[in-house]
Amino acid sequence: MRFIGAILFAAILGLVLAAGFIARASAQEAPEVGPQPRLVLKPMESHIGNITGHAADGKSDYRRYCAGCHGDLGDGNGENAVWLDPKPRDFTIATFKCRSTLTGTLPTDEDLYNTIARGLTNSNMPIWNTFTRQQRADLVAYIKIFSPRWEKEKAGDPIKVPAEPPVTIESIAHGKALFTKLECWKCHGPAGKGDGPSAGTLTDSKDNPIRPYNFALGKDDSRFKCGNTNQDIYKIFMTGVDGTPMPSFADVIQPNDAWDLVHFLRTLQVNRHGKETEVLSAAHGVIPPYVDKSPAPVAPADNKSPGGGGQ
Amino acid sequence: MRTKQMLLALLTLLVCSSLMFAGTVSGKVTYTGTPAKQKPIDMSKEPSCAKQHATPITVESVVTGPNNALDNVVVYVSSGAPDDGQVPSQAVTFEQKGCQYLPHVLVMHVNQELKIVNSDQTSHNIHPLAKVNREWNKSQPPGTAPIVDKYDKPEFISVKCNVHPWMHGEFAVLSTNHYDVSKGAGDFKLPNLPPGKYTITAWHEDYGTQTADVTITGNETKEVNFTFKAKAY
Repeated sequence: MRFIGAILFAAILGLVLAAGFIARASAQEAPEVGPQPRLVLKPMESHIGNITGHAADGKSDYRRYCAGCHGDLGDGNGENAVWLDPKPRDFTIATFKCRSTLTGTLPTDEDLYNTIARGLTNSNMPIWNTFTRQQRADLVAYIKIFSPRWEKEKAGDPIKVPAEPPVTIESIAHGKALFTKLECWKCHGPAGKGDGPSAGTLTDSKDNPIRPYNFALGKDDSRFKCGNTNQDIYKIFMTGVDGTPMPSFADVIQPNDAWDLVHFLRTLQVNRHGKETEVLSAAHGVIPPYVDKSPAPVAPADNKSPGGGGQ
Repeated sequence: MRTKQMLLALLTLLVCSSLMFAGTVSGKVTYTGTPAKQKPIDMSKEPSCAKQHATPITVESVVTGPNNALDNVVVYVSSGAPDDGQVPSQAVTFEQKGCQYLPHVLVMHVNQELKIVNSDQTSHNIHPLAKVNREWNKSQPPGTAPIVDKYDKPEFISVKCNVHPWMHGEFAVLSTNHYDVSKGAGDFKLPNLPPGKYTITAWHEDYGTQTADVTITGNETKEVNFTFKAKAY
C-alpha cells in the first residue's frame, strides 16, 4: 500500500514538474507583453555653448515635468497624451519639428534646447523658462536615451541662412510668385488662411489629423511654433517640419528667393505690423505681378522624361 | 605556371557547377475571399493629373488578376541565402506621373540608389513614412531635378504625398537581391538559388506576411504558392 502511495506521489510530482516546465517554455516563446524592459540610462550628453548637459542629471526633472505627457519611456504615451492634440513628441523615433538641420536629420542640441525654452504654441507644450539653463541642457541629454539614433548619428549640419536683403515691393512680388508656383496655397490657402484645397485631408506621420498654419490669425508673431523671427520662418520651409505634411524646400528654393518668400509670408499676417506691411502700404496695398527678368527656366537636363506629364 | 592553370580550371569548373546547380523557386500568389472594392480616385482637384487618365484610376492597395491572382506582393528570400552585400549599381526609379506612383510597390536593396522623378505639371511632396530608417519629407515642383536618396536598413515604408492624399505607394527595402514582385497572374520567380534551405517570405501591404520553407538540392525548379485571405474592408 505504502509502495503504491509512493509511486502515485512520484507520478503527481512528475506531472507538476512537467506542467511547470511546459509553462516556462511557452512563456519564453510568448511575445513580449506585460511589463516593459527597464529603461537603460545611457550616458548621453548635450553641448549648448559652454554648458554640458548630462542625461543622469535630467532624469528627475524629466520624470517630474515631462513624463506626464511624453511618457516614462519617451514614446509620447504619457497618461495625459490621450487628451492632447497635437500629440506629445515620441522621442523613440527621434523625429523633431523645430530644427535648423535638413529634413530627416537629427536636430542640434541648440534646436532642442530652444524648443524647451520657447515651448510650442498651439500645443500643450508650455514655455519652460522656470528651468535653469543647466536643467534644460540636462533634459536635452536625457531625451537622447530613448532613441538609438543618438548613438549612431550626428546631428545634421545647420542650414546656412544668408544675411537678409532689404524688403522691397519687388521682393514681396517675387515671394508671392513663388508661393503660387511652389503651390504653398494647396494647403495654406491663397490668402494663407490654412484653407487650401488639400487642407482638410492632412494627417501627421502617426495618422492624426493636422491643420496647415493659418498666417492671418492673431495680431502678433506669438503663433509660430519654431520661433518668430524672419530667420525662423526661413528655416521652417527650408528644413520642413518633420513628422508633419510640411515638406522641405531646401532643394528647390535658392537662398535669396527664400528671403523673398519670407517677405511675402509676412504680408499674409494681415493683423501684424512690420517692415513688410509698411512696404506694402507704401505701394497702396497692391502687390504688382512679378516680372521674371532672368532667362526663361528650362527643365534640368537630368530630368528623365521631358514633357512626361500633361501631354 | 602549371598550377596556376590548374587552379583556374578548377575555379571555372566550380563556378560552372554552381551555376549548373542553381535552382529556382517560382509560383503564384492568390487570394481567397472577397477583396475590398478598389474605389475610383477623384482627381478633380488636380486637373493636370485628371486629364491624363481617360477613365479614373482606382486605389491600388489590392491589385488582382484573373483566377484570384494577387499582384504587387513582394516575394523574397528572407533567410538561407546570406546577403552577399552586393548593392546593385544601377538606381531604382520611382516616378510620379498622373498623380500616381509608378511602380506602386518599389523594391530596392539596402543602400541602393533611389531616384524619385516628378513627371507631372504639379508640385508633389514625397513623404516616405519610415520608422526604422530616417523619415524625411521633400517638395518636388515640376521640372526640378530628381531626388536621390538611399535607405541603410531593411524596412517596408509607406509613401505618401500630402498635397494629393490619394497618392500612396510602398518602398520595400530588402537585404537580399533574391526578390520579385508578383504581377499579371500573380506569378513570381526567384532564380539562381544555389542548393540549400531557404525561407521565402511574401509580403502584401494590406494582407500581411506569409512564409514558406523550401530546399533546393540541385538544378531544379521548386513550386511555392502563397494564398492570402482577403480583407473585405
